[in-house]
Formats: sequence, structure tokens, C-alpha cells
Amino acid sequence: MSEAPSPAAHAAELAARRSYGKLVAFLAARTRDVAAAEDALAAAFEAALRDWPRGGVPASPEAWLLTAARRSLIDAARRRKTRDDAIPDLRLFADESTDDAPARAIPDDRLLLMFACAHPAIEPGVRAPLMLQTILGFDAASIASAFLVAPAAMSQRLVRAKAKIKQAGIPFRLPDADDLPERLAVVLDAIYAAYTEGWSDAAGTDARRRNLAEEGIWLGHLITVLLPDEPEALGLLALMLHAQARQAARRDARGEYVPLAEQDPAAWDHALIDQAETLLRRASALATAATIGRYQLEAAVQSAHVVRRLTGRADWDAIVRLYDALAALTGSPVVWINRAVAVAETRGAVAGLAALDEIAADARLADYQPYWAARAGLLARSGDVAAADAAYQRAIGLEADPAVRRFLQRRRDALRAG
Amino acid sequence: MKYLLMIHSSETDDGKATPADLQSLMQAYGAYTEALNKAGVLLGSNRLRPTTDATSVRVRGGKTEVLNGPYAETREQLGGYYLIDVPDLDAALSWAARCPTSSYGTIELRPIWEMQTEQAGQPRYVR
Repeated sequence: MSEAPSPAAHAAELAARRSYGKLVAFLAARTRDVAAAEDALAAAFEAALRDWPRGGVPASPEAWLLTAARRSLIDAARRRKTRDDAIPDLRLFADESTDDAPARAIPDDRLLLMFACAHPAIEPGVRAPLMLQTILGFDAASIASAFLVAPAAMSQRLVRAKAKIKQAGIPFRLPDADDLPERLAVVLDAIYAAYTEGWSDAAGTDARRRNLAEEGIWLGHLITVLLPDEPEALGLLALMLHAQARQAARRDARGEYVPLAEQDPAAWDHALIDQAETLLRRASALATAATIGRYQLEAAVQSAHVVRRLTGRADWDAIVRLYDALAALTGSPVVWINRAVAVAETRGAVAGLAALDEIAADARLADYQPYWAARAGLLARSGDVAAADAAYQRAIGLEADPAVRRFLQRRRDALRAG
Repeated sequence: MKYLLMIHSSETDDGKATPADLQSLMQAYGAYTEALNKAGVLLGSNRLRPTTDATSVRVRGGKTEVLNGPYAETREQLGGYYLIDVPDLDAALSWAARCPTSSYGTIELRPIWEMQTEQAGQPRYVR
């Protein structure tokens, strides 16, 4: 927009950003119809932009928007009054409208909405997009571009997921205690997926994706406020803050890739690191053997890396132990690669290579750049120039980021020169 | 909401069960049905004869074709169902997980497509 927004437009926008997810959650939790809640809110925001410049911004914009959205839902229900769900809708909203509900605080149902979006009955790939749309109000086109999916396909998947919530009877309530850890893990995975989509744009060229990393952190904050005693939720937020703290240090002034081990600790955001460390301490005070999950362990790995800012050296022994625990928990080959690199730091390149050889047969690694880059680095250090050269070639051929590609090429050239 | 829990298992494997296995399975089903009843969520339930006793029919071009056997050949077959009325999908899932066959077969949950009373003039299955 070129012209300065009017105060009313600005207030509407502010209310939209602050309250969007809360209002969608409140309405959807009562109708189980996310799409209808979104439509009603869109109408309410439109009305706000029309009315507020004339009549002034109301004392409680949130309550005003909720009343307008309710009215629009009731109108919509009347229009299709022969539809199966119209009668309960009407009754529900009549009940709540009569007792001056907007004057009271609007309950925060965003957590319930998140659990609905990340329900196991929802296709895994659409859970994070669904949260971004319903809680944060992202439009389908922005989400599609962030997740590198065609907008039409993304929009269709979102529509299908919302229909599934309604038709399959996916509840807006906290899962039972037995199911909570598993369900929470899915919610956290979806938040982390949003964060990593944003973080993967290291050059920071894509504003939408950079924004996504911040929104992921925002959702992480929200969940730790709503569920303050869940160690894994604290662990996830700590992990994201640690990663975010080093975000700028990943590139030098010329835009070249800088690996973690070579980053200048002065370029890290120490305030964010401190926040992450506080969260991690809170998590470990709460955690039991059963509730130490991947996010706490991964955050602890980050913590052991950045201890270098204080001691001059990463705590590689701790990193190996943490990756052992992660490997036992997830069995992920990615964890094994990182573990092998840490083993090389504590017991030498040959031991690191031996650790890497243990997973060499995994077919998933043939096209996985970090495996070949790790392998090349360890081979180079063990003096096997020919094998290192071949591994660098594989890694370079598999890398999509030009800065990382140039970095690997420089390493490969150094190999030949040496 | 009403859900149909469809119980699928391999008839071939079921055929290999010993009489003792079958007896304990029947007891488990008896207890499960009783639990559904006690909870007040059970609307109906039946066990089906195996697919070898199935007959399928379709009318194509005005001609009725009768086929010996089930609609589709699958690895697991529909062997019975429970129709339940519970508040939401999570409640239905927790009942489905308790069904004795869930430990070796698969329970498919399908929400019932609720018909409206307002469309009185139309047959109930037209929407």
C-alpha cells in the first residue's frame, strides 16, 4: 500500500493480527466449522473497515469483531436453513448472544484449534499449513509459496482438511491424558515444520519465508503459554530460539555460507541464546525419563554447540551423548550423520568415518547432501584425498543452495591444492 | 455423532484360529459389546457371514448381473460392524481401539451421513 493507512484501518489491522486466530478458534470450536468461521470473520473485518472510519474505533475491537462475525454466521445459517447443521448453529449463537457475551473476556481456544488442525485424521502434510491459515490468517497463496506447492493444490488441500474436521467430527478439546503426549508431539512437529520452512531460506531473500520462521516461534511461544508444564513444548521453543540466534551468522558479509563450527560467536544473538537456555533449564526441571523427547535433546545439542561462546570450544562429548539418545529415540539416519561428525571431534576422523559406515547401506542417504558433505569432510581429514574428492562431487551435485554449493566447491579445491 | 465401525480382518488367517482362540475372541467381543451397551453408545451391531457366502448384484443397461462373491477382492474382509453414537471422532477412535479385532485387523470409522427431516418429500437416501 502506498498511502498511509487511516487510524481505523490501522486499528482493524492490529486487531486482525492480534485476535484473528483467537476469534477463528472461538467460533470454530462452537460450530466445528472452520471455513464458516473464517468466512464470518472476513465479513466482520470488512464491516470494520467500513464502519470504524465513520463511527470511530470501538472500545473493544475484538468484541466488536466477534459480534459482527456471529451475526454473519447466523445470517449464513438462516440462508441455508434447510441444511443439516443450521438448527444447532442458530440455537448456539442465540444462547450466547442474549447474555451479552462480548462484554466478557473471549476464551482462548487456539490450543484446541491447533489440536484439531494436527489431528491424526488430518493428512500430515497439511497440518502445518492449516495451523498457519487458521491461527495466523495466512492466505493459501502465501502458504503455498512458502511450502513450494502450487497455490491451487494448497488451497484445495486446505479446503479438504477443513471439511474433514467438520464431517469426521474432529473435536475441539484437549486430548485425554493418555493421548496428550502423542497428540502434542504432532502439534509441535507442525509448528517446527513451519519454522524450518522459514529458516531454510538462509539468504533471507524471501520475506514470506523469513516471516514464517518468526511465526513458528510465535506459535511456539503461544503453546508454552497455554501448556506451561510440557517439557517438549519448552524444548521446541528453545530449539527454535537457538537456531534463530545464529540465523544471521550463517552467511558472511559477502553472502557466503559459514558452517556452524566456523561462525564467530560475536555474530550470534546472545539475548536469544539466553532465552533458549532458560527455557531448556525449565524443561529439564520438569522432564521425566518419559517426557524427554527429540526437541529437548536437539535444543540441548544446540546448547552444547554455543557453549563455545563462553569456553572457546563446543562440548563434543555431550554432543555425542545427546546424539546417542536421539538415535535411540528416532532411529533417524540424519541423527547418525551428526553423531558421526561429533565422534570425529572426540575420537578422530577414522572413528567418525567408521560411525558413518554403519549407516552407509541406508538407501535414503544416496541422494542426501549432508551425508556426502560429512563423508567428504571426514575423508579429507583422514587423508584419503581421492575418496574425499568423489564425495565432495556427490555433495555438490545434490546441493540446491548456491552459497552452500560454492562453499563445498572451495573445500574440494583446497583438497586438490593441498 | 454417529459412526459405523467396520471390522476388517483376513478371513484366511481367521480360519486358522484354534477353537480355544475363537472362544477367547468371542468372550472378548461379548465384553466389548457389553461395555458399549453400558456406556449407552451402541445403536446396532452384527457379525457377517464370510465373503464366500456373499453375492453381489448390479444392473447394467437394464440387465441384472448377479455375481458370486464380494464386491471387491481385498486382503482383509469386512466381518462385522458396530453403529455407535458418541460426541466426536476421538471418542469413536477410543472405542474402535478397544475392539478386539483392532489388535490383528483394521477398524475403519465412517461418520454417518445425517439426513435432514426437512426434505420430507424426498426419499431419505437422496441428497
